[in-house]
Amino acid sequence: MFIDFFLALRAARIPVSLTEFLMLQEAVAAGLAEFDVERFYYLARATLVKDERHIDRFDRVFGTCFKGIEGPEAEADGTPSVELPEEWLRKLAEKHLTEEEKAQIAALGGWDKLMETLRQRLAEQQGRHQGGSKWVGTAGTSPFGAYGYNPEGVRIGQETSRNRRAVKVWDKREFKNLDGDVELGTRGMKVALRRLRRFAREGAATELDLPGTIGSTAQNAGWLDLRFVPERHNSVKVLLCLDIGGSMDDHVRLCEELFSAARTEFKHLEQFYFHNCVYDALWRDARMRRTDRVPLDQVLNTYGSSYKLILVGDASMSPYELVQPGGGVDHWNAEPGAATLGRLIATYPKAAWLNPLPERYWGGTQSVGMVHQLMEGRMFPLTLDGLDRAMRTLMT
Amino acid sequence: MAKFTGTESYVATEDLKLAVNAAVALERPLLIKGEPGTGKTILAQEVAAALGRPLIPWHIKSTTTAQPGLYEYDAVSRLRDSQLGDAKVNDIGNYIVRGKLWEAFEAEQTPVLLIDEIDKADIEFPNDLLLELDRMEFYVYETRQTIRAKQRPVILITSNNEKELPDAFLRRCFFHYIQFPDRQTMERIVEVHFPGIKHALVHEALSVFYEVRDTPGLKKKPSTSELLDWLKLLMVEDVTPEVLRERDPGKLIPPLHGALLKNEQDVHLFERLAFLNRRERR
Repeated sequence: MFIDFFLALRAARIPVSLTEFLMLQEAVAAGLAEFDVERFYYLARATLVKDERHIDRFDRVFGTCFKGIEGPEAEADGTPSVELPEEWLRKLAEKHLTEEEKAQIAALGGWDKLMETLRQRLAEQQGRHQGGSKWVGTAGTSPFGAYGYNPEGVRIGQETSRNRRAVKVWDKREFKNLDGDVELGTRGMKVALRRLRRFAREGAATELDLPGTIGSTAQNAGWLDLRFVPERHNSVKVLLCLDIGGSMDDHVRLCEELFSAARTEFKHLEQFYFHNCVYDALWRDARMRRTDRVPLDQVLNTYGSSYKLILVGDASMSPYELVQPGGGVDHWNAEPGAATLGRLIATYPKAAWLNPLPERYWGGTQSVGMVHQLMEGRMFPLTLDGLDRAMRTLMT
Repeated sequence: MAKFTGTESYVATEDLKLAVNAAVALERPLLIKGEPGTGKTILAQEVAAALGRPLIPWHIKSTTTAQPGLYEYDAVSRLRDSQLGDAKVNDIGNYIVRGKLWEAFEAEQTPVLLIDEIDKADIEFPNDLLLELDRMEFYVYETRQTIRAKQRPVILITSNNEKELPDAFLRRCFFHYIQFPDRQTMERIVEVHFPGIKHALVHEALSVFYEVRDTPGLKKKPSTSELLDWLKLLMVEDVTPEVLRERDPGKLIPPLHGALLKNEQDVHLFERLAFLNRRERR
């Protein structure tokens, strides 16, 4: 039962295990779902999802499996998804229909028919549409679109349910904001900081464990028995290099703030700036003046290989900036960017690149792939999840 | 079997009821997460009250380990007793102090055990309780006895998301995330707590409340418990709905805002935004 559903969940990278799946079977067998699809949805959610970050993905898989429609972003199966431009569906007017008018609107047929027609219409239609009774748009009486009225409608791009019809609980996608793969925001900041702290608190020295000593001395019938515990000790040294002067400045700033907030947790945190790619010099100051320029060799010599290197940038540049000597945007560089990066990686075995660009766009820029390769696959998106993975890579 | 359907003083949403009932029926722990102040801890009290079972709360602190939840061997008092020549000293059982889990396992009537704020403890804490929560038994080394649950207690666990919980632990639980209540649910919650409150006041107060909550960049968004406190204050001070509705330019911020906004940065931020809003509206 529901094996396809289970597999679809796994395919959507929701960590469900066999134990949980069997638990769901047990719960269904115990009659908790009471043959009601909404109750079954709640039950499946309570059993299979253990993290609110996954609930949104779960909702989408549930919608797909139990309704036979493709997900909003039609991922793995390769069906072309229709991206609806936001302004196209923006609410411009609201239409108020009388009761008879509502009654007059003919229902189109079953759900499948509705979705099939929607697909056809979307293929036919070219631009934004409002009002009317056929095309997809806002404030009309067509069954597709938002802010209008049709009793059998499919709602597209409307934020709240207006007539309280046509919408399933899982289609509301109330948990969208909690997905771990969204970019770091104010909410994520706190959690991210905690992750960094955990990363920083490693290493072991020992200190006297007083309660433990008392306990074991008493158990020893009064003979002194000293106990030691590993001390929580900050021993991590971080070399942080930030790409500044581009479209990603806001995100880079966010990352900078994040690390300086965690500064006290590190033994050392050294911060440098570069533009697009690291060449033969780095800057101490974000204004990148000639005077506070530090030659790369000096950096490599001063900060030994025990430092962990974290590069932050979108890695989006002309491929020439990576492979050609003199390809840099700011000044003449004798050594191509790729070689400089190679030297950095060789000096710092523990390295990671954080990229504010969402992971799904990485394929679109050639240089991102090249840097990804140069970093030996250690490029991570600037999300909670990515940060977590990056920290794990740095620790092992 | 008794089913949890919410109580007179607690409004439970459909999905929450189902999660609780599933946990009760299958005798598995239920993990509750949600914003602070959405009633996670209260839920345990209400479940216990609704099912007519005793509640055993175990509040977790950053220093809590799993062992004191099972039992503690009080070696220090045994040592002292032996030096005083007390006869009790021969039976080690006299120095085993029962923990909350033991209490729950041995209770005459199946209790509801609340493990509150599990994420406060060390990261290994949930792992140390895996077997105990799964099989509902543990072994006391000092007396060489195995303690088994007479009936499996209903276990509710709350978490504020400060630490990730291990997968092995999660796999054994049901999970429910308490969403912040929408306006209709909130009205029901208010009705439950202040029966007979003036409808106009609630309406105005909720408008102000959601406006405050929607302010971008607040450090701490006010939650349900704060709304209830604020309403109580409004009633005590006898503030009329008109006062809430009137937006006197001199008073940018709602009356008695101290109950809603808990730090001065938030108050400043809200004042500034309210000021900007007003200017735009003119």
